[in-house]
Amino acid sequence: MIAPSLSEAGRLLRSGETSAVALLEAVLETASRTEAQLHAFLTIDTEGAREAARQADAAMVDGIDRGPLHGIPVALKDNMCTRGVETTAASQILAGYVPPYDATVVSRLRSGGAVIVGKTNLDEFAMGSSTENSAYGTTYNPWDLDRVPGGSSGGSAAAVAVGSALLALGSDTGGSIRQPASLCGVVGMKPTYGTVSRYGLIAFASSLDQIGPFTRTVEDSALALSSIWGHDPLDSTSYPGAYPDPTAALERGVDGIKIGVVTELSGEGFEPAVEAATVDMVARLEKAGVEVIEVSLPTFDIALSAYYLIAPAEASSNLARFDGVRYGLRVDGATTEELMARTRAEGFGPEVTRRILLGTYSLSAGYYDAFYGQAQRVRAAIQEDFSRAYGQVDVLVSPTSPTVAFEAGARTADPMAMYLSDICNIPSNLAGHPAISVPVGLDEAGLPIGFQVMAPALGEEVMYQVAAEVERLAGFSHSPSLSGTRS
Amino acid sequence: MTWEPVIGIEVHVELMTASKMFCGCVVEFGGEPNTRVCPTCLGLPGALPVTNRAAIESIMSIGLALGCRVSERSVFHRKNYFYADLPKNYQISQFDVPVCHDGFLDIEVDGESRRIGIERAHMEEDTGKSTHLGAGGRIHAAEGTLLDFNRSGVPLVEVVSRPDIRSATEARIYAQELRSLIAELGVSDVRLEEGSIRFDANVSIRPAGDDVLGTKVEIKNMNSFRSLERAVAHEIERQITLVDAGGEVIQETRHWDEETGVTHSMRVKEGSSDYRYFTEPDLVPMVMRPEWVAQIRERLPELPASRRARYQSQGLDPGSAGVLSNLEGPMRSVYDGAVLSGAPPKAAANWLTGEVVGWLRKSERDPGSIPLDGPTLAELISMVDDGSVSSSAAKEVLDGVLSGEGSPRSVAEQRDLLQVSDSSVLEAAVAEVLAANPRAIEEFRSGEEKVVGFLVGQVMKATQGKADPRAVNQMLRDRMSG
Repeated sequence: MIAPSLSEAGRLLRSGETSAVALLEAVLETASRTEAQLHAFLTIDTEGAREAARQADAAMVDGIDRGPLHGIPVALKDNMCTRGVETTAASQILAGYVPPYDATVVSRLRSGGAVIVGKTNLDEFAMGSSTENSAYGTTYNPWDLDRVPGGSSGGSAAAVAVGSALLALGSDTGGSIRQPASLCGVVGMKPTYGTVSRYGLIAFASSLDQIGPFTRTVEDSALALSSIWGHDPLDSTSYPGAYPDPTAALERGVDGIKIGVVTELSGEGFEPAVEAATVDMVARLEKAGVEVIEVSLPTFDIALSAYYLIAPAEASSNLARFDGVRYGLRVDGATTEELMARTRAEGFGPEVTRRILLGTYSLSAGYYDAFYGQAQRVRAAIQEDFSRAYGQVDVLVSPTSPTVAFEAGARTADPMAMYLSDICNIPSNLAGHPAISVPVGLDEAGLPIGFQVMAPALGEEVMYQVAAEVERLAGFSHSPSLSGTRS
Repeated sequence: MTWEPVIGIEVHVELMTASKMFCGCVVEFGGEPNTRVCPTCLGLPGALPVTNRAAIESIMSIGLALGCRVSERSVFHRKNYFYADLPKNYQISQFDVPVCHDGFLDIEVDGESRRIGIERAHMEEDTGKSTHLGAGGRIHAAEGTLLDFNRSGVPLVEVVSRPDIRSATEARIYAQELRSLIAELGVSDVRLEEGSIRFDANVSIRPAGDDVLGTKVEIKNMNSFRSLERAVAHEIERQITLVDAGGEVIQETRHWDEETGVTHSMRVKEGSSDYRYFTEPDLVPMVMRPEWVAQIRERLPELPASRRARYQSQGLDPGSAGVLSNLEGPMRSVYDGAVLSGAPPKAAANWLTGEVVGWLRKSERDPGSIPLDGPTLAELISMVDDGSVSSSAAKEVLDGVLSGEGSPRSVAEQRDLLQVSDSSVLEAAVAEVLAANPRAIEEFRSGEEKVVGFLVGQVMKATQGKADPRAVNQMLRDRMSG
C-alpha cells in the first residue's frame, strides 16, 4: 500500500511523490490479491477508474486541485446509482440494471476528483447485518475469513480494511455503516439525517437511510464527510441550513467535554471483551479530561421493535416499484398481476420478502394504529429521551456492536439474533442523529472491537472531536490478517 | 316508497403547470410516447420527488375560488397499489390533511340557486397511460400492453363534493359549473376529450326524508357532461328498480358504457380498499403561510357567479347572462369593451352569443384570437341603430370585419351595403315609382293600406335594396297623402 490513509495519500499526491494512477494501481493490486477470499466487490470498474485517475493526474498537473478526494480511490456500496455502471443493490431483481444517472453523492465524488474503483457487496437492498443476504454471495471478514464482515455495508467495510479503497461509502438505515465498521476494524460514520443527499440511493427506509463514509482514520472520515454532504435541491429532505465543519475540532482534545455512558447499552447480550474495551476507553477519556456521566435512555429498550415496524413499512412501499414492468428481472405471466407476482417472488431473497410482508401487514387497515402508528410514537419518545440526555452531556458513548464479528452462517437461521446486532445503532437512526464507530482494540481472538460516539443533530463537530481523541487514546494500528480456514 | 338520490362527485383536474408535480419534465398533452420522462416520473431506483410550488399555488387558487379553507400545514401520503402504469406502484397523494377543505359551489338549477358543499381539494400525481393491444382495447385477453409515461407525474387536483347533489341534472350542472370555474382560473385546459378533467360519481338512494346515507356505488368512465348525466340517471334507476324488487345495493365500482347506456360492475370493494396510506417520507410537510394564501387570493380573476350577477345588473336576463358568462375570456372582453363604448348591453350580448359564435364555429376559428374588439362591435351596433345598414346587411358587415377587411363602415362601403339615406336619391326613386303606379295611389287614398308594402318593394328594387325601408315607407305615405 502506498498510503495508509486518504489524508496521507493526498499529501503524497500534492508533493508529487505519487499519482492518482499509482494509487489506483496499488488499490487494484490489493483487490486482485484479496477478492477471491473476501468478495468485497460486486463490480470493479477498472477501465472507468483508470480514466478517472488519468484525468485526476492531468488536472493536478494543470494546477487544478479539487479538494481532499482528488485522486483518491473510492468504493461505493452497490445501492448508489452510477451512470453506466451496473447497480444491483445485491438483488436478483436488479441483475444487469444500469442506471441512466448518477446519485448526487456520486456526482459530488466525481466533481471532487475522486476515482471510483467499483461497487461493493451488501445485504440485498441493505437489509441485514452480515452481508450474507446478498444474492451474489457473501463477503467475508478480512480479520477472520470464517466470519462475517457485518452489514449491510459489509463490502465497503472489508474493502477499506484491506486497502482495496482508501474511502468507501455505505448507507446506514439501522447500523449498516457502524456495525460493519466495528466488525472490520475501520472508522464508519452515519451523518445527521438529511445532510448527505439520498438522491440516487436505492431506498430501503426513506426516513432512516443515510449515506456515510468508511475510512481508516477519523480525520479521513471528517474530510470525506465534508466533501460529500451539503444541501441538494433534488432531495426534499435535504437539510438547507448551515453545516458544521467536521474537521474543526479534531485536534482540540476533550477537556471539559461531558460524555454520557448509556446504561441500556451494556449487560445481557454484550460480550465481556466488548464491555471491557468500552469501560477501558471511557476511563481513558476521563483521564484525558472528560466528565463522565451515567445516563439512562429507557426507550432504547423498545427502539429495535419500533425500527422493525417502521423500516419494513417504508421498505414495503419503496420496493413496490420492482415489478418487472420497466427494468430489471422479468418473469412472464399470463396477466400483468401474474408477471409482477412471479417477478417479485423470484427476484427478492427471503429476508427482503420477510420485511416486505412484515411492512405490508403493519400498514394494513385495522393494524396501522397498533403497529406503524405506535412505532412512530415510540420514535418520538426516543427523540425526547435523547433530548433529555443531551441536556446533560455533549455526546453519548457505547459499544458499536454487542459482539465482535460472528461466524458466517451462525445467525442466518435466527432473524432475531441477527437483528440484535444493531441494538446500539438503531436509536441514532430513529432520532436522525450522527454517530461514529472507531476501532479501539482486539479481543483475545484478534477480532476488532468498535466504540460508538453519538451526538445530537448537526453535532458532527463535537462528535469528531471526541472520536479523534478516542482514536489517539486507542492507538489502534493493527491490520487484518486474512486468516481463517477459508484462507 | 319514494326514493331520494344522493350524489357526490369527484373531479380530477390535470394542472397545466410548466413542469410535472415532482420532477422537471414538461407538462404537455400527447406527443411521442415516453419522451417527457426522467428517473423520478419513471420510478427508477433511487429517484426522489420534489414538490412543484406552482402546482400548490394552482390548487390553492382552485380551493379559494370554491370558498375552501387552505390548511396551514399539509402533508403528502403514499397510496399503495400495484398497477402497470403507476411506476412506483404507489401514488403520491393526500390523505387526512389536504391542501384545501370545506368549501362550496353555488349552481343554478331551474332558476333556483343550490349550494353544493366541497369536502376537500387535494393534490396528487397522475399515472401513465396503458394501451391494450388487440381484443378491442380491453384489458382482458389483450395481446399486449404498451405503456406511455408522458402523463406520469402530471399534477392532478382532486375536488371532492359533499353528497349534496340530488339529481342527474344537478350532477351535470355541478360538473359544468366546476369546469368553467377552473377554466376561468387558467390553471388547467379542462379538456374532457383529452382527459384533463375527469368525473366520477358516487350514487346512492335513500327513502325520501331520511337522513342516513345508503350504500354508495361509484361510477366511472363518463367522458362528457351528457354521459355524466345519463350515467347518473341510469344508476339511480338501476338502484331503485333493484331495491323495489327486494334486492340490495352493494358497494362497488361500476363502469359506464356510453354505447349501451348502462353501467357494468368493475369490482366489488371490500369495505374501503386498503391502500395502506402512510406519510410520504421523501417529502417534508408543506406550510401555507397566511401571507402566501392572501397573495393567491388577490390574484384570483372574476369568477363566473359574480360575473353573471354583474351582467344581470347591466340588464341582461339570467339566460343570456349565463351564456355570455360561459364564453371564452377574449369574447367576454369584446362585450365589456363594446358596453364601455356605449353599445346597449343586450345588443352586444346578442351579437356575441349569436352571430359571432356562429361565425367562429363555421370558420373553425379559435375564439382566443378573435379579430374583433369592443369599440368595433359598438360601431356595428350603432350603424344598425341609426339605419346606416339593415340588420341583415349588418351580418354581412360582421363577416367582413371578422375576415379582416377593415372597420364596419369601410366593409359596408366596400361591400356596398350601406342603406341609402341620401334623401335626394330616395326622393327621385319614390317619385319614379309613384309616377309608374298611379292606380296604387288611388287605392291608398281609398284606404287600401297594404298597397304601401307593394310600393316599398318597388322602391327597394329600384335602389337595389340599399334604401332604408322605414324611411321609404314614411316618404311614400307623405307623398301620397300630400
